[in-house]
Amino acid sequence: MIWQPSLLSLQVTLAASGVIWILGLGLGIFLAKTRFPGQLFVSTLLNLPLVLPPSVVGYGLLLGLGRGSPLREWLGIDILFTWQAAAIASTVVALPLMVESTRAAIANVNPELEAAARTLGSTEGEILWRITLPLAYRGILAGFTLSIARSLGEFGATLMVAGSIPGRTQTLPLAIYAAVERREYDLANVMVVMMMAIAFGFLYWVRQFDRHPHS
Amino acid sequence: MSLTVRIQKKLPNYCLDVDFNVDGDPLGLLGSSGSGKSLTLRCIAGIDSPDSGIIILNDRVLYESRRGINRPSRDRRVGFVFQNYALFPHLTVGQNIAYGLKQAGKTERRRRVAQQLDQMQLAGLGDRYPHQLSGGQQQRVALARALAPEPDLLLLDEPFSALDAHLRSELETQLSQTLADYRGLTLFVSHNLEEAYRLCPQLLVLCDGKMMAQGDKQRIFDDPGSVTVAQLTGCKNYSRVEWLSTHKIRALDWNCTLETEELVSPLQTHVGIRAHHIAFLDSLEGSNRFPAWIAGSSETPHRQTLYLKLGASPESSQDYHLRAEVFKEKWNRLKSRPFPWCVGLSPSRLLLLEDGKPL
Repeated sequence: MIWQPSLLSLQVTLAASGVIWILGLGLGIFLAKTRFPGQLFVSTLLNLPLVLPPSVVGYGLLLGLGRGSPLREWLGIDILFTWQAAAIASTVVALPLMVESTRAAIANVNPELEAAARTLGSTEGEILWRITLPLAYRGILAGFTLSIARSLGEFGATLMVAGSIPGRTQTLPLAIYAAVERREYDLANVMVVMMMAIAFGFLYWVRQFDRHPHS
Repeated sequence: MSLTVRIQKKLPNYCLDVDFNVDGDPLGLLGSSGSGKSLTLRCIAGIDSPDSGIIILNDRVLYESRRGINRPSRDRRVGFVFQNYALFPHLTVGQNIAYGLKQAGKTERRRRVAQQLDQMQLAGLGDRYPHQLSGGQQQRVALARALAPEPDLLLLDEPFSALDAHLRSELETQLSQTLADYRGLTLFVSHNLEEAYRLCPQLLVLCDGKMMAQGDKQRIFDDPGSVTVAQLTGCKNYSRVEWLSTHKIRALDWNCTLETEELVSPLQTHVGIRAHHIAFLDSLEGSNRFPAWIAGSSETPHRQTLYLKLGASPESSQDYHLRAEVFKEKWNRLKSRPFPWCVGLSPSRLLLLEDGKPL
């Protein structure tokens, strides 16, 4: 009774983390390293899911994934009310945290160090890999930690696009809500402890990487 | 071996416009802060881009606006020592030095790093991180890192400015030895004239992005030519002049008439004399000797600075014409003498100066 929502939560969060790591890092690097017209507009737009109520984000995703959306009409992909939809909701809501942290951490790296690497023969790619990212590492990791935390606890938007179908899309937060609604407090208690254990485990794991030889 | 630089760049406060060659001896770029010295170096290294002009290093065109050439930093073979060293904080000393050696094979890289550590007296520090080193050691790592890839040109941007005074002279000696062994060209930026003088046989004086003087260091100090260059080379005394004859001028701000050794041209608007060139004599017989009173004095560990008024006794400590500098021993002999003293502004020591016009 508690294993299924727990595993589902893990599955959704892992999938979301993977996408957030790649997409968030990419967008953060892009926003920090390039200048283009309308940049402020784009970065504000990316931050919007952070401020909007989950119901608005969920409604937006419903429109974007549901009937009449290009995904469904042209490609014939219907993922509403599946665990993938829950993963997408988690990703969208948590992504801004990763993008913003990455962008800020990279912008904080002393440009003189990158200039020094350039005079020593490095290409821009090598500089990113050997200088910028290692120095921005902690900020990026902090953003990733926040993103995981946010996606693990995601509730509102998930409820709207994935529903709360036991065994299929009911993640731990949703299952706890459902249990309380049914007044099954014993079950709710167990799941709350489970939730805390998973959250602790995730955060603890991520912090393992926050070790630097030079500090 | 040669470097040709002829670049212009427009900035909010002034326009950088320099044109010079380096072949052989280290060239010192001297100027106050914000005069365009560092920007010139950054343009040569490709960290900044000029608006127009040309930069050629040993027949390789690094930059030419007319043909649209602007080689990236990484292809320029130019070593750069930054003002704050810009050492990579997450890499060890050895890794910092090896950073520019990725083309070399593993054994060759290890050999070159060991060689640099040895030459820079950093042996045993290869596994430390930059923040574990002293300022002087960090500076040597920065130098080793820049020299390890054997660049054609070495650029030093105020390499001593972050160091304590007592470390400077030691590192300066070491740097001049390193530069003597280095086979490429060197450009050295400084706002400290004594430092630039000691390290560089050739000097280039910059002010507001324009070249004010260029050439052999001794010639620039002996004959600065303009008020700006005289100031930058440490001259403390100036006066506007009125032309009287080919070898005679009236120094308006000092209230005296002076004979000169040099021929005076009507273009020369000022006269100057260095503080340590003012002589204290026993009699007023002879040219350019004047009675003088002391308005005030201040001391440094070895020298005494005297504020002198010519012709009359001063009304306040601010009422003076000239600043003279004498060693403490001399001051001890002078101070008991009765006023007025006899001060000599030797005709051969006078600097005839034009208004600051760029070259």
